[in-house]
Amino acid sequence: MLVHLPILQVIVPLMAAPLCLFLSKPRLVWLFALIVSGLSFLISSLLLEQVMTSGTIVYELGGWEAPWGIEYRIDQLNAFLLLIISAISTVVLFAANTSISKEIPENKHTIFYILYLLSLASMLGIVATGDAFNVFVFLEISSLSAYALIALGEDRRALWASFQYLIMGTIGATFILIGIGLMYQMTGTLNMEDLSKRLPEVEQTRTVFTAFAFVIVGVCLKLAMFPLHLWLPNAYAYAPSIVTAFFAATATKVAVYLLIRFTFSVFDLSFSFTHLPLQLLFVVLGLVGIFVASTAAIYQTNIKLLFAYSSIAQIGYMLVGYSMTSVAGLTATLLHMFNHALIKGALFLALAAVVYRIGSAQLSQFQGLGRQMPITMAAIVIGGLSLIGVPLTVGFVSKWYLVMAVIQNGWWPLAVLILLGSLLAVVYVWRIVETAYFKPALASSETIKEAPLSFLIPIWTLVLANIYFGIDTRLSVQVAQAASQSLFGVSP
Amino acid sequence: MSLSLETMLQLSIILPLLATIGIVVTGRNPNLREAVTIATSLVLLYFVISLYQGLQQGESISVHWWELLPGLNVSFSIEPLGMLFALIAGFLWLITTIYAIGYMRSHEEQNQTRFYTCFAVAISSVMGIAFADNLFTLFIFYEVLTLSTYPLVTHAGTEKAKQGGRIYLGILISTSIAFFLLAVISTWFVAGTLDFKPGGVFESNVNKTVAGAILVLFIFGIGKAAIMPFHRWLPAAMVAPTPVSALLHAVAVVKAGVFTVLKVCVFIFGIDLLAILPSTQFLLYLAGASIILASLVAMRQDNLKARLAYSTVSQLGYITLGALLASQSGVLGSAMHIATHAFGKITLFFCAGAILVAAHKSNISEMRGLGRQMPITMVAFLIASLSIIGVPPTGGTWSKWYLLMGTIETEQLILMATLILSSLLNIAYLLPIPFHAFFSGDKTDTYSGGIKEAPLPSLIAICVTTVGCLILFIYPQPLYDLSNAILSK
Repeated sequence: MLVHLPILQVIVPLMAAPLCLFLSKPRLVWLFALIVSGLSFLISSLLLEQVMTSGTIVYELGGWEAPWGIEYRIDQLNAFLLLIISAISTVVLFAANTSISKEIPENKHTIFYILYLLSLASMLGIVATGDAFNVFVFLEISSLSAYALIALGEDRRALWASFQYLIMGTIGATFILIGIGLMYQMTGTLNMEDLSKRLPEVEQTRTVFTAFAFVIVGVCLKLAMFPLHLWLPNAYAYAPSIVTAFFAATATKVAVYLLIRFTFSVFDLSFSFTHLPLQLLFVVLGLVGIFVASTAAIYQTNIKLLFAYSSIAQIGYMLVGYSMTSVAGLTATLLHMFNHALIKGALFLALAAVVYRIGSAQLSQFQGLGRQMPITMAAIVIGGLSLIGVPLTVGFVSKWYLVMAVIQNGWWPLAVLILLGSLLAVVYVWRIVETAYFKPALASSETIKEAPLSFLIPIWTLVLANIYFGIDTRLSVQVAQAASQSLFGVSP
Repeated sequence: MSLSLETMLQLSIILPLLATIGIVVTGRNPNLREAVTIATSLVLLYFVISLYQGLQQGESISVHWWELLPGLNVSFSIEPLGMLFALIAGFLWLITTIYAIGYMRSHEEQNQTRFYTCFAVAISSVMGIAFADNLFTLFIFYEVLTLSTYPLVTHAGTEKAKQGGRIYLGILISTSIAFFLLAVISTWFVAGTLDFKPGGVFESNVNKTVAGAILVLFIFGIGKAAIMPFHRWLPAAMVAPTPVSALLHAVAVVKAGVFTVLKVCVFIFGIDLLAILPSTQFLLYLAGASIILASLVAMRQDNLKARLAYSTVSQLGYITLGALLASQSGVLGSAMHIATHAFGKITLFFCAGAILVAAHKSNISEMRGLGRQMPITMVAFLIASLSIIGVPPTGGTWSKWYLLMGTIETEQLILMATLILSSLLNIAYLLPIPFHAFFSGDKTDTYSGGIKEAPLPSLIAICVTTVGCLILFIYPQPLYDLSNAILSK
């Protein structure tokens, strides 16, 4: 059984999705989905454990040898990602039943869970597979389920947001497909491991450069790198709250993973960073993204939009760390992927609880919530502090590693700019704090009660994880460092 | 009790945190709640004094908690400077609690449970700062202190409190993240360690420009030391209830700032390196300018608390200046000034609160003749003022003496003149207040209705700290020994 873990990781949620149709009651479907997601979490923990002790796992689908068959290749990097995705999915799903009861009509609940599981399966698939074309297939499943999930939002603007995402997402996916096609044309293989061996022979051709450019732009669209981020804010803001919590914590991480996989494993480092001015490009765009998106976040009146812009800014940090092209830099990026998933998962879930109670995510409606929903608001405050990067939270760990990596490269002014950029987070987090704690409650909202336990438990699980992994950093730092070292081919 | 010193060290940080549970649980019953606070502060004081005795006997006390990041530990140890800070904070917490009981009740403040809870968290982080064994640990508690005092500053919940809190948090968080954290990371990068070591952590051949730049980052980054131009948070924080202003903005928060400055100067840079860095001279003048400018601003304030706040900014400049002088006397004077200023300034704030509670006055111009109504308070105000100015028979004399010595030793004549000028300015903005309280005003005016002092607990607290100012003059030996041991260890 243990041998088949890599495929089980993907196939369990994938097969479970249609099975939902056979269950009659939405509540049962929810339980089923929760169990399936929990199973994936279990599998990914086992996988990570295996990879950390005995190295990369190669799994051939149906026993067909690569490069003819499809191969799943689990190393430290994707085992780490699998864990993040399945963990967040499970915690978020815990609150799903309560949350969607108010946001999605009852007859669509089953559909919702099917889409959710499909989305989970495809994200896990993108990460687990070692085959470039397989990546594209899962990417499409993931995108299609995402469009539908976003369109389920109760606000009519959800349709428009979904359509926007559809257009941008399709362009991105097409670019990736073109890139992969060109690579196949030049090398005759789709297996990543194989590609990495054969690409150097042809790497000076214009076709390979073109393929590379298509893949990078396509992936950057998916990861909402500034200025390709336009689809993200609306999609996050108008999707059902649970979907936002799930996507904000995982979806962009998957795209960042693809970026790392393509530039470090498929193409090698020297190709990605010496032949093209990728480093400068990513540092500048990352930095501009941090400042522009953080500033935009300050001016939002809808908290979901506010945190959506903050997510774009956080991607900027990941890109800066990534483009340092050093073990330390990549470690910082991987750490931040893990940490940011915890932060945004907690924040958006807490927002979902607020939306459940007051039916709106407008900042003006948050007046007096500090008294009416003290436990939920405390979670938002701690999540916000983590976002700012206060010590003893995960945000601090990320920041420490990122600034260290930047200083190691000798880019002192960049270190200053990163820290200054993080101050913008103080401003937008504190706008929420002040509204919730200093303004008197609205007359219409005097009867608001604290969120139900089905929200509080997952929210505080994530909040406590924010603190726990900010204090005991062994797991996250070790795995991130090991993954980063193996990508650079440095033996630990 | 036969607790080991190591246990006491840890308990002095953990105990106030545990007390918060007791405070919240007993929140419904104010008497019980205050009893919890007082009991905790008594036990804390006992611990701190035991630790002090342990230190006197030459024991080395250190505790390692856990490794947060590879090579970066959260650990604690005791050395004279931290001991000094912990003693002051531990003792004055007890006194302030007694004062607060009188003040908060007669002022009928809301949310008193939250108030005492945050107070306890703040003290816990002060103990963490005092006993931190490395810069990393210190930084963590420094940030916790900022956050735990925010609800205290904004206690009133009004628009003005919100504004004040915004400036308070804005400046302290910004400076600590943008400069302090960068300085810490840079130190880690350049020196490879963040442990406090006598003589500093930098190699002797370190690039002077880099080290100088890091020093500037530290001095600006430690916003709690309120060096101009990052001093605005201090006057802004005066919207807090008076006990908060008293303990946090005369003792805990601001002293945590200058304590950190002193600690960085002595144990990260080491005074030998500090003396030859290119940026030291610039920072010395900046501290000097901060001293004079803040005094000048203080003269123009009519609100008593605002005047005291600017006076604090000025006095903090003394301590920073003493640390940057990088001489034996300078460090000695700085350390002593932490203690003497704490006693003097907390008395002044206590008096300001007493006046507010008993006479409902907060502007200096309305306090003429007040001495007839509140003689004890105004006498205490006079003595504390003398201590701030630095004349006998008060403790402030000694610290200013050594600071002046420091400027002479290092031949910083401009700074010497600065200190003297500042003392004159202190006289100009402090002494008129008690003077007018006793000698001006009509016999028939508002204050002729007999003696009406603040509630008894508050009055007791005022007397204790005033006597403290006097004792520090008559019997400064323990303070001197402790301060003198900082460099010799």
